[in-house]
Amino acid sequence: MAHVTESKKACAVNPLKMSAPLGASYAFMGLESCMPLMHGSQGCTSFGVVLLVRHFKETIPLQTSAMNEATTIMGGYDNLSQALLNIRSRAQPAIIGICSTGLTETKGDDVEGYIRLARQQYPELADTEIVYVSTPDYVGAFQDGWAKAVTALVSQLPRQDLPRNPLAVNVLPGSHLTPGDIEELRDIIESFGLQPAFVPDVSGSLDGHMPEQWLGTTLGGTPLNTLQALGGAALTLAIGEQMRPAAQALQERCGTPFVLLDRLTGLGASDAFIQQLAQLSGRSVPMRLRRQRSQLVDAMLDGHFHFGNVKVALAAEPDLLWAAGNMLTEMGAELAVAVTTTRSPLLDKLPVAEVLIGDLEDFEHLAQAAGCDLLMTHSHGRQAAERLAKPLFRIGIPMFDRVGNAHICHVGYRGTRNFVYEVGNLLMDQIGHHHPHDWPLPAASRLAALGVALEPQPTPPPDRFAAASA
Amino acid sequence: MSPSLNARIAQVFDEPGCDVNQGKSAKERKKGCTKQLTPGAAAGGCAFDGAKIALQPIVDVAHLVHGPIACEGNSWDNRHSASSGPQTYRTGFTTDINEFDVIYGGEKRLFKAIREVIEKQDPPAVFVYQTCVTAMIGDDIEAVCKRASQKFGKPVIPVNAPGFAGPKNLGNKLGAEALLDHVIGTVEPAETTPFDINIIGEYNLSGELWQVKPLLDAMGVRVLSCISGDGRYKEVASAHRAKVNMMVCSKSMINIATRMQQRFGIPYFEGSFYGISDMSTTLREIAQLLVQTGAPAALMDRTEALIAVEEARAFERIRAYRERLQGKKVLLITGGVKSWSVVSALQEAGLEVVGTSTKKSTKEDKEKIKEIMGDDAHMIDDMPPRQMYAMLRDAKADIMLSGGRSQFVALKARMPWMDINQERHHAFAGYEGMVTMVAEIDKALFNPVWAQVRAAAPWETQDTLLTEAL
Repeated sequence: MAHVTESKKACAVNPLKMSAPLGASYAFMGLESCMPLMHGSQGCTSFGVVLLVRHFKETIPLQTSAMNEATTIMGGYDNLSQALLNIRSRAQPAIIGICSTGLTETKGDDVEGYIRLARQQYPELADTEIVYVSTPDYVGAFQDGWAKAVTALVSQLPRQDLPRNPLAVNVLPGSHLTPGDIEELRDIIESFGLQPAFVPDVSGSLDGHMPEQWLGTTLGGTPLNTLQALGGAALTLAIGEQMRPAAQALQERCGTPFVLLDRLTGLGASDAFIQQLAQLSGRSVPMRLRRQRSQLVDAMLDGHFHFGNVKVALAAEPDLLWAAGNMLTEMGAELAVAVTTTRSPLLDKLPVAEVLIGDLEDFEHLAQAAGCDLLMTHSHGRQAAERLAKPLFRIGIPMFDRVGNAHICHVGYRGTRNFVYEVGNLLMDQIGHHHPHDWPLPAASRLAALGVALEPQPTPPPDRFAAASA
Repeated sequence: MSPSLNARIAQVFDEPGCDVNQGKSAKERKKGCTKQLTPGAAAGGCAFDGAKIALQPIVDVAHLVHGPIACEGNSWDNRHSASSGPQTYRTGFTTDINEFDVIYGGEKRLFKAIREVIEKQDPPAVFVYQTCVTAMIGDDIEAVCKRASQKFGKPVIPVNAPGFAGPKNLGNKLGAEALLDHVIGTVEPAETTPFDINIIGEYNLSGELWQVKPLLDAMGVRVLSCISGDGRYKEVASAHRAKVNMMVCSKSMINIATRMQQRFGIPYFEGSFYGISDMSTTLREIAQLLVQTGAPAALMDRTEALIAVEEARAFERIRAYRERLQGKKVLLITGGVKSWSVVSALQEAGLEVVGTSTKKSTKEDKEKIKEIMGDDAHMIDDMPPRQMYAMLRDAKADIMLSGGRSQFVALKARMPWMDINQERHHAFAGYEGMVTMVAEIDKALFNPVWAQVRAAAPWETQDTLLTEAL
């Protein structure tokens, strides 16, 4: 049981956290033909675009209602309705996903009312779905924004009159799953003859592919008709604790039962997932997956030498922290430091003495105090790693100093195997080389060998004979 | 918005050094120089972003952002402005305000945050940045900074440029205003020489200042302060003792130059470090103005001699590429001064510029383009990405030079691209920089990857034998 505390500092130093509206926008980026829109100042959008461009090395569709001081005071209806009209005419998306920001929440813009008014005033908007999520910048973190956006989508779009399709499975992945993770899950689920629908599906939109034409909106992702058909699935799989509210909302709306899998990294965690699929489909586990399980067991055997007793400092959003932190301890490493961004029911169950809701300065100080051998967080951990002269294993968003981030895969047997090998190799690099003077004999032993009997002394001063022997 | 900020913006707009502004009627001038943004079709940073960009390169200062997590958490440590010493500027400091702060006010948290920063880092000064939310709830950062300065005996500088005040460009100027109000002229330099200059609007991205400084060193010219690249607080504070000011990067901080001329009688000129002839012109102007303000006349001859040797050395190195690059077509999507200063450099390398964007250029910039390119046929005012993509795909250009955001327009069209804006990793200033830039263009154009990525997959080409066999 971990003790969860919140940093008492007035000043966050080297933030770990990113904002909720950005997490919500990122969720909308996993829908096909969608344009996410931040209702705020143009800077809110601009910072988000730059961050995601640097992470994914892809074009990022994200618009702004471009609020200024006058429109903030007068209310943002004109800007919001103009933004909707402009986006509709320029990019022709099927869905516009609106996220509020600190600016418009502080003003108190009634966005839901604005959308109703805009639909009355501009009937041409009828061909565009509009989904709104309230995400003030000063409440919660990135994964909270993501979760709220998915909850808004499944509370609004699925039809309630569809018959059950026993083979259809909804998958609600948390924001910590990469496009590569989602591709892997699709492969696994399909190998049981099931038909998965991912909401959102960043594997279609942000997996770095070559489109046939230039589009202003997202390139791929969950299509609108898939969103509308979610109610016909036999089961919803929610991946990560953050997705519980969304899975509940879908159950309330359409009666679809759900199973929450708190993580998919790890042997036991993957077994539970595969077992679930086998039960649901009534099929036996395919040979390919059995083989992958056996490969993972071998990887864990080969890797455990390097993980054993290694002290790790880990800073990530709660669900990623949960997945990586448990996996590390299952490999024999010690989770010595855990820092996160926001509250979660998982935090006090983490295999660590203390979880701090804090920043990367806390992370750095705690890692130093605990004498950690390995740092694990997003790319902003690079300054701490440099100062502490410790290796940094990058996980999460942003990862601006690496290419191929979309294809990182750490879920299922194969993904867990990747994780073991990637972290294991970094730890292998750290194996120290020994020197002739690494194991000096204490003075008492040396004197004893010379035939000098030492007066019995409880604790001789350590360097009493050092000068004499030099 | 507070009356003081309104007055400040009006003052910034009434810029005597800006020809565009002087060409307007009194009524037009009152409206200000920022174009009204189109909601739903806008791009670019906010005023806070601009102020931070302008001031953050002062490397020994702690830059503290008062606002919700989005403003700093989504954007910190994301520029390549280089430091020759302190790394304080790369540390992200933010009050990360929560819902209670929005309700009860964030001034106390800000004051405590300043105290924490000073206790932990002991920087020569703290810069405090206002943001939208804290401006709206009425946090008086000027009063808090004043009190903190008294209490802690250290300059605490308010930077009043909340995001909704306007675009990035306005933010640059508001950042400059903070320096004019609170920093410049507050410290006397240990010594002065007749060869002291300030460089204003140079951010030392990727260390570009260091490509120019050896030239100035060779001339015996001392950079008293660079505002703000690789800057130190004390240097900026003593900038008022320079003999000459050089304005870089078009108009981004022109208010510093004009106000220092009014206040301290320091003459200024506008120059550029981009392009061989531009670099030479800049060195000549520096020498000429220094001679006018009392430096020995021999400086002119020494400067000419240096220019002759350095130009010859640069051209010799560029000539090696000229044969390969002759006639290759370049699409240049950037803004301001680079829309023309880079053009001449490219032409020197034998490249043909088929288009240059003038979206962010002034009337003067456009005149320069006409002068250099012969006519205005190649000016692109506002090209949507779709059109850029089509232009590249149809091979009307061989390479695009632009900022990071539009890189995918080129890459998805399978065309070479090179970064010439702020996120780039290569230094392109001075004679050295032009050689580097030409080398980088050559590297991009002749990479063997292009032939491979443009080739169709084997099953996409009509192979009659294969289809028959099937």
